[in-house]
Amino acid sequence: MAIAETHDAHHHGHPTGIMRWITTTNHKDIGTLYLCFSLMMFIVGGAMAMIIRAELFVPGLQITNPHFFNQMTTMHALVMIFGAIMPGFVGFANWMIPMMIGAPDMALPRLNNWSFWILPFAFTMLLGGLFVPGGGPASGWTLYAPLSIQGGMSVDMAIFAIHMMGVSSVLGAINIIVTVFNMRAPGMAFMKLPLFVWTWLITAFLLIAVMPVLAGAVTMLLTDRNFGTAFFNPAEGGDPVMFQHIFWFFGHPEVYIMILPAFGIVSQILPTFARKPLFGYASMVLAVACIAFLSFIVWAHHMFTVGMPLSAELFFMYSTMIIAIPTGVKIFNWVATMWRGSMTFETPMLFAIAFVVLFTIGGLSGLMLAITPADFQYHDTYFVVAHFHYVLFSGAAMAMMGGAYYWLPKWTGHMYNETLGKWHFWLTTIFFNVTFFPQHFLGLAGMPRRIPDYALQFTEFNVISSLGAFGLGLAQLLLVYIVWQTVKGGEKATDKVWDNPEGLEWTVPSPAPYHTFETPPVVK
Amino acid sequence: MSRMKSLLFAGLSLAAAAILSIQPAAAEWGLNLPRPVTPIGADILTLHNWILVICVVIFVGVFSVMFYSLYAHRKSKGAKPAQFSHSTTLEYVWSTIPALILIGMAIPSTATLIEMEDTENADMTVKVTGYQWLWHYEYLDHDVDFYSRLATPSSQINNMEEKSPDYLLEVDEPLVLPVGTRVRFLITASDVIHAWWVPEFGVKKDAIPGFVNEVWTLVEEEGTYRGQCAELCGKDHGFMPIVVEAVSQEEFDEWVASRQDGDAGDDGEDQAGSAPGSAGDAAALQIQQTTALASQPAASGAAR
Repeated sequence: MAIAETHDAHHHGHPTGIMRWITTTNHKDIGTLYLCFSLMMFIVGGAMAMIIRAELFVPGLQITNPHFFNQMTTMHALVMIFGAIMPGFVGFANWMIPMMIGAPDMALPRLNNWSFWILPFAFTMLLGGLFVPGGGPASGWTLYAPLSIQGGMSVDMAIFAIHMMGVSSVLGAINIIVTVFNMRAPGMAFMKLPLFVWTWLITAFLLIAVMPVLAGAVTMLLTDRNFGTAFFNPAEGGDPVMFQHIFWFFGHPEVYIMILPAFGIVSQILPTFARKPLFGYASMVLAVACIAFLSFIVWAHHMFTVGMPLSAELFFMYSTMIIAIPTGVKIFNWVATMWRGSMTFETPMLFAIAFVVLFTIGGLSGLMLAITPADFQYHDTYFVVAHFHYVLFSGAAMAMMGGAYYWLPKWTGHMYNETLGKWHFWLTTIFFNVTFFPQHFLGLAGMPRRIPDYALQFTEFNVISSLGAFGLGLAQLLLVYIVWQTVKGGEKATDKVWDNPEGLEWTVPSPAPYHTFETPPVVK
Repeated sequence: MSRMKSLLFAGLSLAAAAILSIQPAAAEWGLNLPRPVTPIGADILTLHNWILVICVVIFVGVFSVMFYSLYAHRKSKGAKPAQFSHSTTLEYVWSTIPALILIGMAIPSTATLIEMEDTENADMTVKVTGYQWLWHYEYLDHDVDFYSRLATPSSQINNMEEKSPDYLLEVDEPLVLPVGTRVRFLITASDVIHAWWVPEFGVKKDAIPGFVNEVWTLVEEEGTYRGQCAELCGKDHGFMPIVVEAVSQEEFDEWVASRQDGDAGDDGEDQAGSAPGSAGDAAALQIQQTTALASQPAASGAAR
């Protein structure tokens, strides 16, 4: 029935205008929706970051009060994590997975429509919290009890929003798993899947495993807040540390949910511009699987200071350190992919190379954070802030930017403006480092995170960091402009776009027609 | 090729040497962890420095190779792509070497951690309780207790007055500890989670309502050490500093005696009477909240 309808739509024209986007079941349309939504949230979350950095520009309170500052740090994180990065990667998955495995669409197209359209409502509710009495949630994105119990009604709104985002993510993940398992073109064996598909397949399993855990944690928070339960209230026999355990059992796999697809994108880009196959394909797949497994047994390294038994601290220190091995394998394989290639440095390649270098900085500071005794000094300082921005901005976000430049010609049929692309890359990379590298020093020197005002010895690095942040923020407007310009027009892209790239997506015309691979290709 | 190798090696050792020589200088410039004054703090600094050096060496090593490749293997220089795509031997090598390095890191880390977690045999015990947004210190062996809150006036925070050198890191009443004494801290909180942190001691522990965390320290040098709450605890999280005065045993004994004569540990009255005065102009909004809060522990103390 569904198939017949899709078929009809194809022949008799699908709805146009706004109805096309609301009713669409087409993976390309839905991918576009996700990507636009992600870009929008990236700007919203970025604006909040600008407020944070403006307040921290110099000591003293200037533009915010402490309560509003806390709302900004909380919302910046929630919007960037759940609004920009996760939907961004789902957008890439929607566009690319069917085209990469030779499928005509996602396996569950209506579910696909629903998973996207939940998001605008979820974020309206989340952001709406800023305008209710008491202001937005201000307890940090981790919503630690009992602090989050104190918050106003916006915390309940955030909880419902998280439930909705969770539903959206789980449905999206189910769709990806079903698609990859059932809709591969003849001959597309698992060990022939492009790395991006592999990383997303594993990410989808992580999502299904942990989003319900987060939903459970915030539901307990909800009943503690409104219905008189005491899961996290010590005065009535509850346990505030339990919230942290449950939260981070979600939270650590979540970190890999946000980075594994980035690994996938980079593994697509590097071979194309090195003109050489990806080095160590099988070990790359194995490494991703290892990282995904390990992500379930390291969660308490986020909470070494809560006072755990020595044996637990040792376990979580060792298990966390082990992650360095598969991660190292990935880095080495990427370097080996470039080695003795024939490289050119178009914008996607620049982003991919910056990803490898800067993500490694985040990885190495992550290794330092794993060392429990040293972590007692780093924990909850700007060292951690620097660390996770190296992983999430120069990791996840810059991989997505690279991916966008890489596939934009396939999506739109136009080449983006290479000069502007390079400008965007260099401005982003330079300002990113100006913003976040000094934060390592701030953290080591003793500046706690999530404070609206700071002691005088932290002034210089904060000034530098804020200046960098303003530059970084402005540079992203260039990204919006370049995308807009490319969608509108530009030099016609060839079908292959790049110099002999590998993958089925390059065998279809540019722009990719509304329906691709209605007859499955045969993969040899 | 061998020239390349020796160049690479020379570069690596130079970088490593540069980093090692920067380390002591960096401590003064606020680039590294502050100079520790406890044995554990010293252990952590050593551990941190070594791991940082190892990380930097790995980074420089890996990316020297990559940047050489970016330079040499580019199409514009006429590089023809090789077609190799895997090497099981290499995969083994670059899994095993990191594993060995990690074991090398884990051994000293484990030793330091075991030492940190051994809270036995303390000479004295101080109970630290976090409140929104001040600290309460109880000397369990000396019958002394008091609250310690931010002393920076709100006029400085709101940029109406020049900021003092210890802006946001000054309190009305610091914690006083004798040097050379093994002090055990019992850390808890009454409302939300806080974290008690003094960077120079290498001590950071969450203060959690319903839990009592233990941690110890042994301060080796007299001086004033400043820290801050390190767990987001609400609006004034950034405004509840920690100040510790480390003094000689004699001075400490005198101080204890004066405290015991002064208020005999009767805290409720001390709060109501002197706190707002001694706190100076402590942020007006702050005073309101803290006095409201201060009555709470006093009341529960009476109930006990």
